[in-house]
Amino acid sequence: MTRSILLRGGRIVDPSNHVDEHLDLLIADGKVVRIGADLESPEGAHIHPCDGLVVVPGLIDVHVHLREPGGEHKETIETGARAAAAGGFTSICAMPNTDPVIDSPATVGFVAAAGRAAGLSRVYPVGAISLGQRGEQLTEIGELVDAGAVAITDDGRPVMDSGLMRMALEYAQTFGIPVADHPEDLGLSRSGVMNEGLISARLGLQGKPNASEDVHIARDLLVAELTGGHIHLQHVSTRLGVDLIRGAKARGVRVTAEATPHHLLLTDEAVDGYRTDAKMNPPLRTEADRAGVEQGFLDGTLDTLATDHAPHHYDEKEQAFDDAPFGIVGLETAVGLLLTHYLHGGKMNLSTILDRMSVQPARAFGLSGGALGLGAPGDVTVLDLEREWTVDPSTFRSRAKNTPFAGAELRGKAVLTVVGGRVIYEEDRG
Amino acid sequence: MSRTVSSLGKDLVGLEDLSAEQIQAILDTAEPFKEISERRIKKVPVLRGKTIVNLFMEPSTRTRISFEFAEKRLSADTVNIAASGSSVVKGETLVDTARNLEAMRIDMVVIRHGSSGAARFLAERIPSNVINAGDGSHEHPTQALLDFLTIRDHFGRIEGLKVCIVGDILHSRVARSNIFGLLKLGAEVAVCGPMTLLPKGIDALGVRVFQRIEDAIEWADVLNVLRLQLERMKGGFVPSLREYNRFFGVTTPRLQKVGRDLLILHPGPMNRGVEIDSDVADGPHSVILKQVTNGVAVRMAVLYLLAGGAPEQAEAAKREGVG
Repeated sequence: MTRSILLRGGRIVDPSNHVDEHLDLLIADGKVVRIGADLESPEGAHIHPCDGLVVVPGLIDVHVHLREPGGEHKETIETGARAAAAGGFTSICAMPNTDPVIDSPATVGFVAAAGRAAGLSRVYPVGAISLGQRGEQLTEIGELVDAGAVAITDDGRPVMDSGLMRMALEYAQTFGIPVADHPEDLGLSRSGVMNEGLISARLGLQGKPNASEDVHIARDLLVAELTGGHIHLQHVSTRLGVDLIRGAKARGVRVTAEATPHHLLLTDEAVDGYRTDAKMNPPLRTEADRAGVEQGFLDGTLDTLATDHAPHHYDEKEQAFDDAPFGIVGLETAVGLLLTHYLHGGKMNLSTILDRMSVQPARAFGLSGGALGLGAPGDVTVLDLEREWTVDPSTFRSRAKNTPFAGAELRGKAVLTVVGGRVIYEEDRG
Repeated sequence: MSRTVSSLGKDLVGLEDLSAEQIQAILDTAEPFKEISERRIKKVPVLRGKTIVNLFMEPSTRTRISFEFAEKRLSADTVNIAASGSSVVKGETLVDTARNLEAMRIDMVVIRHGSSGAARFLAERIPSNVINAGDGSHEHPTQALLDFLTIRDHFGRIEGLKVCIVGDILHSRVARSNIFGLLKLGAEVAVCGPMTLLPKGIDALGVRVFQRIEDAIEWADVLNVLRLQLERMKGGFVPSLREYNRFFGVTTPRLQKVGRDLLILHPGPMNRGVEIDSDVADGPHSVILKQVTNGVAVRMAVLYLLAGGAPEQAEAAKREGVG
């Protein structure tokens, strides 16, 4: 049994329970047991003074790549979970595009077990939609769920066969999990390596047009509507894509959708100079698209913030642009970026940020957490909203350092991360 | 050895990075170098003692040989590396290849690479001068410079001329270098080709777009006709070579229709009967072989300037060397 923990003197912000006041919070036996003013410390409790800090439900990232098995030179489940803990995330959902693909109960069980063994942030496996992510035959979805999968996706390899997507959205309903999709029509994106537009024309790089994403978002929404299944659209990057989702939500389609920090904050201008740390899929798009994604994030059309944490070894990014892989890391910068640009930038209040980073992700993927009521799991993140820091990839817990935000000066940081009543990360308060 | 800062900067990666004055200076410097290739003994000591590596990661005949002649006629020591038969096929990365060359104390690298941005990538990582001999679909600056010199030889100017680039603009590094450079020099620039081979956003670069070759011919003073890579057919960009020639080919009947002479350029190698008909390529208004001759002079000028030479001393340097 772990020691109980008393978080004393902080401001508790818990959007699920409409709480925003200075209270103490006591966690024992892995659960929240008391919330109140001036709680007495039980014997042996570990007291964390939280004066000037904000105590919030543990943050959840439903879209990370941990690369294990098969890509351990980029990241492992343990190093990824350590990065999550340092970034304030108490739960993360691991994408199945590993080698081998997570498409069987055994491989799902491996990810879950490795996550438990790491003993850091909770690691939830996400299974593949199709065997080998080949887009041909459904995985044993029921068995994957029994083994611990919380969703299915062929992320990284879009489901090109609309009939297969229909089957997945129908079949998965029995097991109550969402079908997540990386919406991209490969026929339209062809050999594109960045957004198609003025910058790609100038740089002589092949482009992926917005339509390559929009066509598949529209397809997924229509198939979800047909089947009544829950579609979760990953990393939406286009203005029209956001509009399509907004319309579908208004019609009652069961859709949840992600915004990433990089699509909220950067445009394809970041690629100029052939910067491989700005190469990701979907690509960074134009300012009109960035603004559209932001509008969707503000109004809740894009209900979930997800980092699409995609670690790569530096040798792989240190190549000509065409040859470098897609993706950037995000777990250790997301909180700082959101607090700096949305809270301090005056665009979003704290409780809405927490809605997008904890409440909605928990709801979308059916995870415990997202609230701090009595009996809730003791998953808590403590934020210092004023802490000023500079992004220095050499200090990342992640094995990978590939971020376009290196050198960014940020305000706000997670300083204490608690999972099941156990401290898994504590910032040196110097 | 300390390196002299040249009037072009350390490298020649692309014309997008140069000013109109710098481009003019290269063309002006090329003038005195033209004469060297006409001598009986085609050698001057301008780059004596300099070591230059020609790193060609993609097949090339014309550009590689042109650079090599330019280097040798300026007395540089040269080494050629081709992708096949080198450590590249053994899986060595571009960074490692570059660092190993650098460790042998070289002065310049001329690089041809299949990926856009590769020349800049190399230039940012080694202290040697880097000259881009074509990177993916990005730039091929010395090709465009020799095009400009050839146009200037004919018209005596570039400013105010109407130049149309015809063909596969999407995949063409020649097109981009021409567009960037010609606009800086005050020319009007257009592109013409099937929409499948025109990059989206190209008009935002400041060029006019023609979808019919007849309209382009009607408008232009100069046609720069690009090679249609045969693999574009496999990629589905054009249905057939026959159809391409029928609707986009530069042919004598089409040229005759406008009743005035257009200057015809082609960077080579030509697909006769596809993008250009033989009677046009071999006709009186074709300057395709003059381009090749000018290529050597332009490349000499670039090598000389990057080595720290001054444009106004090029004439004297032909006798003295850069030092």
